[in-house]
Amino acid sequence: MAEERRPKQCTVVLPTESMKAMAESIGVGQLQEESCAALSEEVSYRIKEIAQDALKFMHHGKRCKLTTSDIDYALKLKNVEPLYGFQSQEFIPFRFASGGGRELHFYEEKEVDLSDIINTPLPRVPLDVSLKAHWLSIEGVQPAIPENPPPAPKEQQKTESTEPLKAVKPGQEEEGSTQKGQGATSAEAKGKKDGLMRMKPRSTHELSVEQQLYYKEITEACVGSCEAKRAEALQSIATDPGLYQMLPRFSTFISEGVRVNVVQNNLALLIYLMRMVKALMDNPTLYLEKYLHELIPAVVTCIVSKQLCLRPDVDNHWALRDFAARLMAQSCKTFSTTTNNIQSRITKTFTKVYNNCWLDDKTQWTTRYGCIAGLSELGPDVIKTLILPRLTVEGARIKAVSDGPVVSNIDKIGADHVQNLLLKHCASVIAKACPLPDNVEQYRADYGYLGPMLCSHVVKARAQAALQAQQVNRTTLTITQPRPTLTVSQSGIGGSGGSRTPSIIKVPSSLTLMSTRPGTPTQPSPPATKYIVMATSSGSSSTQQVLWTAVLLGGIQKIALFVNP
Amino acid sequence: MAAVQDGQLNMEVEKDIKTEITNDGSGNINANSSSPGSTSSGGKSKSPAGSGEDQQTLLAVLQFLKRNKLTESVDILRREAGLSADADDSPVSDSAGAGSGGVPNVSADGGDANSLLSRVSIATPVAPPATAPPKATGSMASGGEDQPDVNVVLSAYSQQGDPVLYPLYYNGLKKFIESVLDCHRAELSQVFYPLFVHMYLELVYNNHENEAKQFFEKFSGDQECYYEEDLRILSSMSKKEHMKGNETMLDFRTSKFVLRISRDSYQLLKRHLQERQNNQIWNIIQEHLYIDIFDGMPRSKSQIDAMSGSLAGEGKRDANKAKVFYGLLKEPEIEVPLDDEDEEAENEEGKPKKKKPKKDSMGSKSKKQDPNAPQQTRIPLPELKDSDKLDKIMNMKEATKKIRLSPDNLPSICFYSFLNAYQGLTAVDFTDDSSLIAGGFADSTVRVWSVTPKKLRRVKSAADLSNIDKESDDVLERIMDEKTASESKILYGHSGPVYGISFSPDRNYLLSSSEDGTVRLWSLQTFTCLVGYKGHNYPVWDTQFSPYGYYFISGGHDRVARLWATDHYQPLRMFAGHLADITCTLFHPNSNYVATGSADRTIRLWDVLTGNCVRILTGHKGPIHSLAFSPNGKFMASGATDGRVLLWDVGHGLMVGELKGHSDTIYALKFSRDGEILASGSMDNTVKLWDTLKAFDDVELDDFTAATGHIHLPENSQELLLGTYMTKSTPVIHLHFTRRNLLLAAGAYNP
Repeated sequence: MAEERRPKQCTVVLPTESMKAMAESIGVGQLQEESCAALSEEVSYRIKEIAQDALKFMHHGKRCKLTTSDIDYALKLKNVEPLYGFQSQEFIPFRFASGGGRELHFYEEKEVDLSDIINTPLPRVPLDVSLKAHWLSIEGVQPAIPENPPPAPKEQQKTESTEPLKAVKPGQEEEGSTQKGQGATSAEAKGKKDGLMRMKPRSTHELSVEQQLYYKEITEACVGSCEAKRAEALQSIATDPGLYQMLPRFSTFISEGVRVNVVQNNLALLIYLMRMVKALMDNPTLYLEKYLHELIPAVVTCIVSKQLCLRPDVDNHWALRDFAARLMAQSCKTFSTTTNNIQSRITKTFTKVYNNCWLDDKTQWTTRYGCIAGLSELGPDVIKTLILPRLTVEGARIKAVSDGPVVSNIDKIGADHVQNLLLKHCASVIAKACPLPDNVEQYRADYGYLGPMLCSHVVKARAQAALQAQQVNRTTLTITQPRPTLTVSQSGIGGSGGSRTPSIIKVPSSLTLMSTRPGTPTQPSPPATKYIVMATSSGSSSTQQVLWTAVLLGGIQKIALFVNP
Repeated sequence: MAAVQDGQLNMEVEKDIKTEITNDGSGNINANSSSPGSTSSGGKSKSPAGSGEDQQTLLAVLQFLKRNKLTESVDILRREAGLSADADDSPVSDSAGAGSGGVPNVSADGGDANSLLSRVSIATPVAPPATAPPKATGSMASGGEDQPDVNVVLSAYSQQGDPVLYPLYYNGLKKFIESVLDCHRAELSQVFYPLFVHMYLELVYNNHENEAKQFFEKFSGDQECYYEEDLRILSSMSKKEHMKGNETMLDFRTSKFVLRISRDSYQLLKRHLQERQNNQIWNIIQEHLYIDIFDGMPRSKSQIDAMSGSLAGEGKRDANKAKVFYGLLKEPEIEVPLDDEDEEAENEEGKPKKKKPKKDSMGSKSKKQDPNAPQQTRIPLPELKDSDKLDKIMNMKEATKKIRLSPDNLPSICFYSFLNAYQGLTAVDFTDDSSLIAGGFADSTVRVWSVTPKKLRRVKSAADLSNIDKESDDVLERIMDEKTASESKILYGHSGPVYGISFSPDRNYLLSSSEDGTVRLWSLQTFTCLVGYKGHNYPVWDTQFSPYGYYFISGGHDRVARLWATDHYQPLRMFAGHLADITCTLFHPNSNYVATGSADRTIRLWDVLTGNCVRILTGHKGPIHSLAFSPNGKFMASGATDGRVLLWDVGHGLMVGELKGHSDTIYALKFSRDGEILASGSMDNTVKLWDTLKAFDDVELDDFTAATGHIHLPENSQELLLGTYMTKSTPVIHLHFTRRNLLLAAGAYNP
């Protein structure tokens, strides 16, 4: 006997109100409660029967979605005239309304002006069926071409890297990947299959000739001189689904590239490499977890390195630091888990460096800038706990540089940048955290040299926030505005007919206002409108059946007619 | 009626044993070994609870031996069990059907049954006399010993119990079955589902709507999960009127649910029911269930689960007894052009040791007639035309270039994606030489593509044809219309989705079956419809040409498979027997048999010559959507909505393997040209390759297994899986191995 109890078999029956509503819609005034009950049971049964027949047509049509035509054919099987006018391919826009304690699902039938249809230009002719061949597998190995799905879906990459034991379970792709090595090492593979070995999935890193070519082209374009080519290459990295196998090479390429170019102070190349990191992170089919140990050091280097370019006074290496800091923050957000603790480890690293420069006056401004940038990208909480307390000291140091004797132009620029950075990030945090009266003196007392400037920034930030809030308010207003027009009484709802508004499922609160209107069925509505009241909660037991019912609801009237009361 | 079967079975067993005796000459040993379960249990278990039962089994065995005049073994058994000589002569209450034979006992048993009847409180008096005579005569014919049980059945024929008691009955039986020994529990649990269905139906039929609903809610959760579909249908039925038009229910009431239970388990159940005077359940079992009793070990839960799942239980054992000639027909001798001949000759010379195994494996080539093959002329086959012979030669040439597949040497797969099909692709077929591909669509069209550079040309119109010089050498070229040649042609004619499609082996014709109830034959010379075969009034789900052409099979919603010949507008054979839609059809490679898969979750094999059903294969838990025969005709594979592929031995009618791995309906199955590899394609967007050599290697069948269904399925799906190839959101709906063992797959891209 099956141990676990399955969800209870569905015994959903249409409520009797539906029968009443339908009877009213075809002009039968008063239907007795008993006949309603009898009818509803009969109708529910017939609907289920038809839905079950329709399923057959779905299976034979080799689809997993029941369509209206399936139901038409099922009706035809039963010698019932099919429902005309339900030619929707995908979605039947049922609408929901409640009022006067009744809930309604109805199919909205608008009056259509034929001349409108005639006058509208013909829709584009759909493309004709065509046949395309590709290699799904070549001697047991699936080639990585766009026609095939990516060799390892992201989910699997993730389980492989986070839960290596779980990934060992004899899954489909894993089987496929071990297959690849089999041509060469079949004997070994067999021995392993038979015996104890099923420890770790062997992932091969051999690249096909095409992949090697691709790798070469892409890396050359990424660090080459032609910007258009680079954009294309980055685009390819960010979107191509088949890069999984090349990932280890890309990550080594980047980390080695950064190592070399930091020493050579080649700012341009560093920027290119960081853009590659960004592209890899943007690719939705890649899961970088396994390669973070190479990528993160490279990125951190680009944030805090003392010198990134040959002429620090002229080149804009600050932008690179900002960009890399953002990358860092993004990867923290994506990959940080309780086991690898990336976020906290990164924060610690920055703080340590930062502490050093705090103690040591000689630390370069560049490094200091990098630390602050890296930390502040990690979010307002980090700024609040780690940066705000040090503003005073930092301010004093900036003051010393700007007011003191001019040591070097580089220091001055650095101090300038650090000041701007601090102001930018801290202001918004303070604006949120501190009470409103912005007192310059108070700020000076709290934050020292930077106080007055901070104060003005905070004021600005507050003003901006207020402005934004206003805008947000206004937009929400514009959203809510059309809602009241969703009243059921207006038969021709302008505009929103074809759009799949979520309001079909959710009850907009404004609709309850409608209760002042008289009961829906009696009000003058176009005769063709069909009303069905559906029990909402009882249908939870079998989603499939509910789905059928929903699909069929529009056709109930017909069925009800064919069943003799 | 169980009792009737008892009688027949006894005779069968008797026969078996007698043959054994003549074989070995040592009757007593055989007799003892024929009932190992019962004797050993009698010897071992001395517990007070079980001793009564054991004694009764012993007595039954003794009686059986006596009847077969195996006095020696009777003595031995008696001595061993320590029974007195007259213990078995006293009438035993439960031996009514099986045990007691001979005239003097009849009266005693009859009295017994009468007393049983009188004790039944709710039973209404004897059934209407009108139905009585035929029943009675029937039972008389099969043997006097069955009378008592027949009486019980008759008395309960139109009986209607107290609806309130139904749950109690069911619960009582449930408790009992849960309390029996493990080895019997699994077998007896089979009773639950049919019993549940019939009790529910009886409640509904007698207008006890609420009780029925309660009954359903209470016990539907206990049923095996693979019956869920049926339960859903059942649950929607709550009124007597509903039962009238419902086909599924009609089947339940008219056809008996077949259970295979070992004799020991059956005796247990029977005794329990009679002790408890549980007539309600007993009646249902007798009326609506066919209990196929076998002697031997009870089957385990997994063995039962593997075989059950169909709409009407397992196939009866004798349904699979008929001999099936699964061998291949001898290939006609065709003179092969010189260059090939040389190769062949070389093979002959070098044959002595090296090539011998190779030769044997290619069974079809051997000159000797296969003992398992049908007579060459068993069914009339069309004569070979010259073009066919040419094609055969081509085929053989190609076959020499065939890649030998093995787990280390997997086939390449070429995937044909139908783009812009808008979910409308419903059927696909390739020609045998892989030059054409045809697709059936939901918009009623059939499209044919050429996958070679050769374009599709139609014959010129009559007016143009008359202008052609008929004497010219290239007249066959000239009649083709070069101007309208194109890569694809569309065939219009159906008025509903095209669900089945099949090329004729000579590539001149195409069959298509549709929702509109017709099967159409199209000419691929003129690209027009030649015939519309009308016979099915309901959607025709599948159609398939015979491997020799001329014949074809179709099956559909009307549950009848029809065999046609292309030149007859009426079917030659109608194969009726399935309890639900026929979902797929396939010819055996020797064209003498036809396999049909159905939504009743069984596969049937039909003899084309006689029209009889020769195999009923159960085990699938969902409608079957694909079938494939191995090239040697010995094995069959089937795929269903449950995502499993089952492998069958056609000769024995037994399941020999189960391939798990797909997660959705399997729409395509194909063996490689030499049968080493099975490819399966599914809705879950994958093509999987399976090692069938290994799968069939592991199979060991003996006659006992074949007779009782004690199958041992190796749990090695994962080892047999050679590869999984994901497509990009493209369900795989057809697979085809080219003559060189390249795998072609097809499906519609579904963005």
